[in-house]
Amino acid sequence: MAEASPSTTERGISRRLVETIVSLALMGVAALALWDSYERGAGWDNGPENGFFPARVAWILAIAALATLWSAFRREESVFVTYEQLRLVAQVFVPLFLYVLAIAFIGIYLASALFMALFMLMLGSFRWWQTLLAVVLTPLIIFWVFELQFRVPLPKGPIETMLGY
Amino acid sequence: MDDLNQLLLGFQVALTWHNVLFMVVGVLLGIVVGVLPGLGGPNGVAILLPLTFGMDPTSAIILLSSIYWGALFGGAITSILFNIPGEAWSVATTFDGYPMAQQGRAGEALTAAFTASFIGALSGVVLITFVAPLVAKFALRFGPAEFFGVFFLTFCSFIGMGRENKAKIVASLALGFLLAAVGLDTISGDLRLTFGTSELMKGFDFLVVVIGLFGVSEILLTIEEGLHFKGKRAAMDLAVVLRTWASLPRYWATLIRSSVVGMWMGVTPGGAIAASFMGYGLAKRFSRTPESFGRGEVEGVLAPETAAHAAGTSALLPMLALGIPGSATAAVLLGGLMIWGLQPGPLLFVEKKEFVWGLIASMYLGNIAGLLIVLATVPVFAAIMRIPFALVAPIILVVCAIGAYTVESSRFDIWLMLVFGVVGYVFKKLDYPLAPLVLALVLGDRAEDAFRQALLGSGGNLSVFFSNGLVSTLMILALLLLFWGPLGEVRKRIARKIGLSRPAPMTP
Amino acid sequence: MRVAVTAAIAAALLPVSAAQAWEPTKPIEIIVPFPPGGSSDQMARTIQGAIQKNNLVKQPIIIVNKPAAAGGEAMLDIQKSAGDPHKLITTSSGIYMTPLATKLPVSWKDFTPVAMMAQDAFVLWVNAASPYKTAKDFIDAAKTANPPLKTGGNGSKREDHLISVTMEQVGGAKITYVPYQGGGPSSVQLAGGHIDANMNNPAEEVANWRSGAVKPLCVFSQKPMEYTQKVTADMAWSDIPTCPSQGLNVTYQMLRGMFMPGKVTPEQQAFYVELFRKVAETPDWKAYLERNALVPDLRSGQAFVDFLTEDERKHKELMTKAGFIATN
Repeated sequence: MAEASPSTTERGISRRLVETIVSLALMGVAALALWDSYERGAGWDNGPENGFFPARVAWILAIAALATLWSAFRREESVFVTYEQLRLVAQVFVPLFLYVLAIAFIGIYLASALFMALFMLMLGSFRWWQTLLAVVLTPLIIFWVFELQFRVPLPKGPIETMLGY
Repeated sequence: MDDLNQLLLGFQVALTWHNVLFMVVGVLLGIVVGVLPGLGGPNGVAILLPLTFGMDPTSAIILLSSIYWGALFGGAITSILFNIPGEAWSVATTFDGYPMAQQGRAGEALTAAFTASFIGALSGVVLITFVAPLVAKFALRFGPAEFFGVFFLTFCSFIGMGRENKAKIVASLALGFLLAAVGLDTISGDLRLTFGTSELMKGFDFLVVVIGLFGVSEILLTIEEGLHFKGKRAAMDLAVVLRTWASLPRYWATLIRSSVVGMWMGVTPGGAIAASFMGYGLAKRFSRTPESFGRGEVEGVLAPETAAHAAGTSALLPMLALGIPGSATAAVLLGGLMIWGLQPGPLLFVEKKEFVWGLIASMYLGNIAGLLIVLATVPVFAAIMRIPFALVAPIILVVCAIGAYTVESSRFDIWLMLVFGVVGYVFKKLDYPLAPLVLALVLGDRAEDAFRQALLGSGGNLSVFFSNGLVSTLMILALLLLFWGPLGEVRKRIARKIGLSRPAPMTP
Repeated sequence: MRVAVTAAIAAALLPVSAAQAWEPTKPIEIIVPFPPGGSSDQMARTIQGAIQKNNLVKQPIIIVNKPAAAGGEAMLDIQKSAGDPHKLITTSSGIYMTPLATKLPVSWKDFTPVAMMAQDAFVLWVNAASPYKTAKDFIDAAKTANPPLKTGGNGSKREDHLISVTMEQVGGAKITYVPYQGGGPSSVQLAGGHIDANMNNPAEEVANWRSGAVKPLCVFSQKPMEYTQKVTADMAWSDIPTCPSQGLNVTYQMLRGMFMPGKVTPEQQAFYVELFRKVAETPDWKAYLERNALVPDLRSGQAFVDFLTEDERKHKELMTKAGFIATN
């Protein structure tokens, strides 16, 4: 990711801040694991109990996270991601998030079509018929491969139920 | 030379025109299931299995095992082109394969991967052909302590001191172990780290995590730099195949080492996934230029692919000879064998000679057919890099979502994929290495199970890990590899202090 | 629960002609709560093959493996699919054992029982090189062994673990149970001499028995198995003595059956009852039973519900004695 280092003049989210958040999150994971493991027994009873390893590993994780935090503050401050880059990432992430959300309600086929349409219109410069073709064909091909050929059922919504699937 | 005669007879069986046709169909189908994450060899085999009941068993197993070869070949394609491993054993292929594609060397990487797969598979088949009974006996010597030894060795060969911050390597490894521990614990039969939620009960599936960490996060990183693939236009002609082949003899040591590692892991059965990581780790360890690994080193593609394919092929040996499946695909094949009334096990080699040797002959032929078919597709796949990002990216993301879902038919896994996509994005930008996390996730719980099984048997006595020659050798080898890096560093530092540091010879 | 049982009774009473009233309109999913290749998976795939080969249903059959959490996830999935007549789940004793051992909020009473296809026997196997000739030899050796003798098997708090603990209690010996990832690995560990015995199903051990790596001591049931065709040079399944006849009074069998999600109509249930009756008559199914030395035992309707109720009570009792019931 050498090319990702932006010029220092550009404004963005502080790397130190993100390092701190990640370290704290890792410590949180470690704390959860410790709590769960000691609850069930993390000792040595003719061999390790089922919490023995998770507990030891969680301690190691906590210490490593602490060390990371410390070294993050010793390092020179830099930009984790510029606001301009963040805007670009959000352009992909937000539709993706909506896509995953939509799968639960309208099934994967329709959601995929909508997601692709949104993505291609927002970020691409395609002719309308190209977009339409891609949006219609991709879910159909997926349906043919997964449902009809390999008999792997994918999440379906009300429309598919209406069509008898 | 009785075996050779048998083999020739086998070739006669396998080379009938309809069996060759089945082989080609099988390989093509295998490539398709191998390419799509979420569909794998087991799907392909399971789907065709019912169709084969009416067939002659030899033709049926040729068709089904060809799917297996195709899937092994196909797993590398998406790893190299999009950083999304189509199969779990091609994760290590992404480490160098994807950087190569970004540098416009997709054709070279694909050729190297396919050829390496072929070499690995071939060594596995030779193993099956000539030493099957011997090797089958060796596999019986592996108890829990020995299994732990194998996993420990894999960890130690892979976890060197990388370029990254050491605390971050450890954090990544520890997180992988914790994720692996979530779900039902085999030894106690209790649920761990699920906090009462039924979604966490099934644990974190490796493939879901990897699709997020590698595939989704890569798209997010790509978009930061504008709306295009970093990949330059790849060479489109078949000449790239010949050029790559010409460069391969240089890496003979890596190829042989990986083949041996793979065969050994396939038989024991440590599995193709562990083999690919170990192959990669050892290649880096013994390389003159370890720092070039992870930045588009062709050896980094050759090593894991050879090992994975050698292991995948050798995994059929325990299945045939002992009736233990070395992989999920082998397990489904095993079910098929029984449905045709064939009882896998040592007697299969005696009672059903023409079947066993027909199958072995088809392994040679199937792999040759597979290599020719995938090489012919190199230009096609390399051409994908020319499609505009705004079209390919959503298709990749849709395929990722389907892949995440199909692993366990669970919608929650699609959310997990998204979460791990963000985790991967942040981790990559903060230089947390992802490979240790993935390795710990794959092997962590199996290593823990083996450790605890061994101690249950010994009544809690740790000396079980040094109780016989085999396990002691494994453990000592592992410890040697673990301290190889630090020891080398100490030696260098001492050398520098004394002032003996002279320029290293530039040419080998 | 009441709905399901009433439906089951209704189904049993319905005449065959009415069973044709409902037909599946889309592919039928059979959920297997175990990984591909295991014995439940093989049963599902045999049924799939038998149905397709003999054209018993127009719609295709799909097998979906959901092995997570000892089948708990698959059971939750069926629980959530209430009213879906295109889903089936293969079951073993896990249907009561997994909820009891893990406190999962799910019970077979939320499902619609369709049919019990067979019962699976368990056999006490030892390495062929070991000196034990009878179950009594084994228990006597276990009483004095230090460190204790090791048995291995399918996984913690599963069927064979239950047998192992019951053997300890009945025989008055200390036995260490080592859980592996399945019957296959446990079979290889026995052949390699890493454990002293296992309690595998016939199908899981037949290959090693025929090759002379292991030998059976006794079968955990009141009467010997039925199959009289020679499996090895001089023994058939029916030649294995029962454990009670050798002074080890432990019996255990496991059901293999089929359930549907709850809240389906009696017509839908009747369709599948009839379907499995037909499956049980196919030569493919009979060959499968013989190959795996399963005990044929087709039950549906009230007979199946009665069996389940009694079997669950028995498991609860055995598991409580063994200390397998989840407490926290």
